[in-house]
Amino acid sequence: MAVAKTSLNPDHLAWQGGTQPMKVGYGKLMMWIFLLSDTFTFSALLISYGLIRYSAPAFKDIIPDMTHKTFEFSQVYWPIPERVFEAVPFLHGLSLPLVFVGLMTFILIFSSVTMVLAVEAGHRRDKADVEKWMLWTILGGFTFLGSQAWEWGHFITGTEGGLLLADGTKVFGANLVQNQYGPPAFADLFFFITGFHGTHVLSGVILNIMVFYNASNGVYEKRGHYEMIEKIGLYWHFVDLVWVFVFTFFYLV
Amino acid sequence: MEHTVNEPSERQKPQTKILWKVFWILLILTAFEFVVAFGLDADDFKYTKIGIFIIMTIVKAYYIVGTFMHLKDEVKSMIWTVILPALFVVWLLVALVAEGGYIGLVRK
Repeated sequence: MAVAKTSLNPDHLAWQGGTQPMKVGYGKLMMWIFLLSDTFTFSALLISYGLIRYSAPAFKDIIPDMTHKTFEFSQVYWPIPERVFEAVPFLHGLSLPLVFVGLMTFILIFSSVTMVLAVEAGHRRDKADVEKWMLWTILGGFTFLGSQAWEWGHFITGTEGGLLLADGTKVFGANLVQNQYGPPAFADLFFFITGFHGTHVLSGVILNIMVFYNASNGVYEKRGHYEMIEKIGLYWHFVDLVWVFVFTFFYLV
Repeated sequence: MEHTVNEPSERQKPQTKILWKVFWILLILTAFEFVVAFGLDADDFKYTKIGIFIIMTIVKAYYIVGTFMHLKDEVKSMIWTVILPALFVVWLLVALVAEGGYIGLVRK
């Protein structure tokens, strides 16, 4: 059942010393080490979110009678994410909590499977299949980025009603200093975490386009192996993995 | 392990069954998370829900890293090189979330 591993072939991928430590190519091992360091960066961001969220009061601490159904936004306590992210393009005014984020998650899982299919096609050195699956992956990446742009746009613009503050002024949407949905720290963390992830998706799409271009021009065919697809694939799956964590800890919990 | 390079003339058949299987597992787990998010009352089952979400996330991470990133097929030393340092993040999580709760208490 195990997928054939061209990377095990020492002829192509031996290190300068002539052997292969841990039976992987140098580039692939370094990609893993890089992803490990990226894991720490994303962990730091998400754990900071956890710290700030648990240090901020929940709505039950301020108004004990309030439930999730009667929840209203205030800058005094932390918001419930499912009430913040309930808009979907073309369905203005409807409350569809987390539907759009769920769609984005599906898109990323889909582009992840097309990426691994491209890697598998690379193991078989099937150029046409690599090109086909890389194109699907690039399409998925662009769709995700577009969805995120829409989500950011909606979060920044805010709702028509806005939030009435104690001094009589109204706040619409969120930026780094003001936030109609809750404490400004909530918006700051949203921009930093999803923004940092979106930057990774963007660079992933650029890398995907580069390997698609090279694969189409027969660079990897000439080289004798498609390990580059594997390396970029690792990065792309990591981006999907991070989204799984962002989805859970930012949107669901 | 002997491994021969495939000549373009003798094409192998695609072995994608396991990949699509994992795709469906990930999709179903995410759908299940939605069912839990809206099926269970958020006021009464708050910690049950959080527990389910965290378990689902770890299961999904296992499938993505194990199958999509092929870590399961690597040698043992390679697997531990990646997994062991990442495990220490759990300590940072526990320490800082507990610290966050304490900061909240002091502020009141």
